[in-house]
Amino acid sequence: MKTVIIKYNAGNVQSVRYALERIGASYLWTDDEAEIRTADKVIFPGVGEASTAMAYLREKGLDRVIPTLTQPVLGTCVGMQLMCRFSEENNTQALGIFPVDVKRFPSGSLKVPHVGWNNLYDLKSPLTNGLTENPFVYFVHSYAAPVNEYTVASCEYVVPFSAMLHKDNFYAAQFHAEISGKEGQTILENFLAL
Amino acid sequence: MLTKRIIPCLDIKDGRTVKGTNFVNLRDAGDPVELGALYAEQGADELVFLDITATVDNRKTLVDLVRKVAQHVNIPFTVGGGISSIEDVSALLNAGADKISINSSAVRRPELIDELALNFGSQCIIVAIDTREISVPVGTISHQENVTGRFGTERISTHDQKLLIEHIVHTHGGRKPTELRTLAWAREAQERGAGEILLTSMDADGTKAGFALELTSLVSSQLSIPVIASGGAGSMEHFQQVFTRGKADAGLAASIFHFREIGIPVLKNYLREQGLPIRI
Repeated sequence: MKTVIIKYNAGNVQSVRYALERIGASYLWTDDEAEIRTADKVIFPGVGEASTAMAYLREKGLDRVIPTLTQPVLGTCVGMQLMCRFSEENNTQALGIFPVDVKRFPSGSLKVPHVGWNNLYDLKSPLTNGLTENPFVYFVHSYAAPVNEYTVASCEYVVPFSAMLHKDNFYAAQFHAEISGKEGQTILENFLAL
Repeated sequence: MLTKRIIPCLDIKDGRTVKGTNFVNLRDAGDPVELGALYAEQGADELVFLDITATVDNRKTLVDLVRKVAQHVNIPFTVGGGISSIEDVSALLNAGADKISINSSAVRRPELIDELALNFGSQCIIVAIDTREISVPVGTISHQENVTGRFGTERISTHDQKLLIEHIVHTHGGRKPTELRTLAWAREAQERGAGEILLTSMDADGTKAGFALELTSLVSSQLSIPVIASGGAGSMEHFQQVFTRGKADAGLAASIFHFREIGIPVLKNYLREQGLPIRI
């Protein structure tokens, strides 16, 4: 099986590589279109800021490649946000795979960013098979997609939001499965086993 | 519900874990990789590795250690100690660290925070602040009172020196005072792009008498980024206090975990029974 992690400039994505190594999965870390298209599984990671990440994807032509992929694709954190239509973070037009707009958490009594372990609910994704009803996973983000028809796991911080999305061959997680303990490991294993 | 984080801190010297009282009298507490993986297994929410003898020579040792930790630990971990450039951060993140922590280098050149946040994202930049209370004399206060003794009532005047308690940022492992006030510096760090503040009270550190609750509460309530409280943990109640009165988002401790005075599972069960949001 060939797994590709899409290489781009969205901050520190090394954790994803180590997570795959911990579960004994080999991978290719590349931004080459041919390599990505011929992969069995594609992971689209990301941390950092949406508009610079999106600019880089455009420069590399990956904005056109990613939405047309047909194998299972897993976007995480900013990767998930970029798979949506639009992000309020620097008013970024994104890939539009999920017809959803990513919004900043309303400021109020709670701190923004949302940092730490929070639990999921309403699990409907094949990626959460084998997990308990309300597993804890690790989040770091200031922007989130609202709950919508493609939501397959929800979480709540200030407001309810989409922790996971799923549409056709596209899967997405707002949290960092790669550093979310055993639960995160199960999610990655489930994705690789699709 | 977002949970309060319990973070064991592993002080590293020459690739080994050490922890001393008030940063002196170091004692060996084991192998960092093994200890880190054990804590993760026991339910630690994150780990911090602090290289306390960071020199150019042992930089490579630290990067190698970080790589080993990343290969074995499946929760977020932070690396700090002697980090002063984009190159340092790049090497540690590439080796698998999830976050880095800067302290003296940020005080020396605050623009470093902006540069790191821009290059790597705020989420992986922790600004560590070591703070100490310093009493500054600001004049005298005179009291007059009537004192009644065996020989009748007398009017007595006393003159006390008026002292103002200031929380002063210290660098170099807490040895060197700076001009910076703690709250102002924490605010500046946040504005420049820090993702979290690791606040260590040097007065409380090593005492096991509890976290600096007032200071932690002040800093945490004035910032929008999370505050990790550090220094003084000696009992489970201290963690309960720092998450309630201290308004901390995370509590960090070292020796009480390393010497098994408090087990992480026992601590987390206790905190949950106290009604705090805790990941178990």
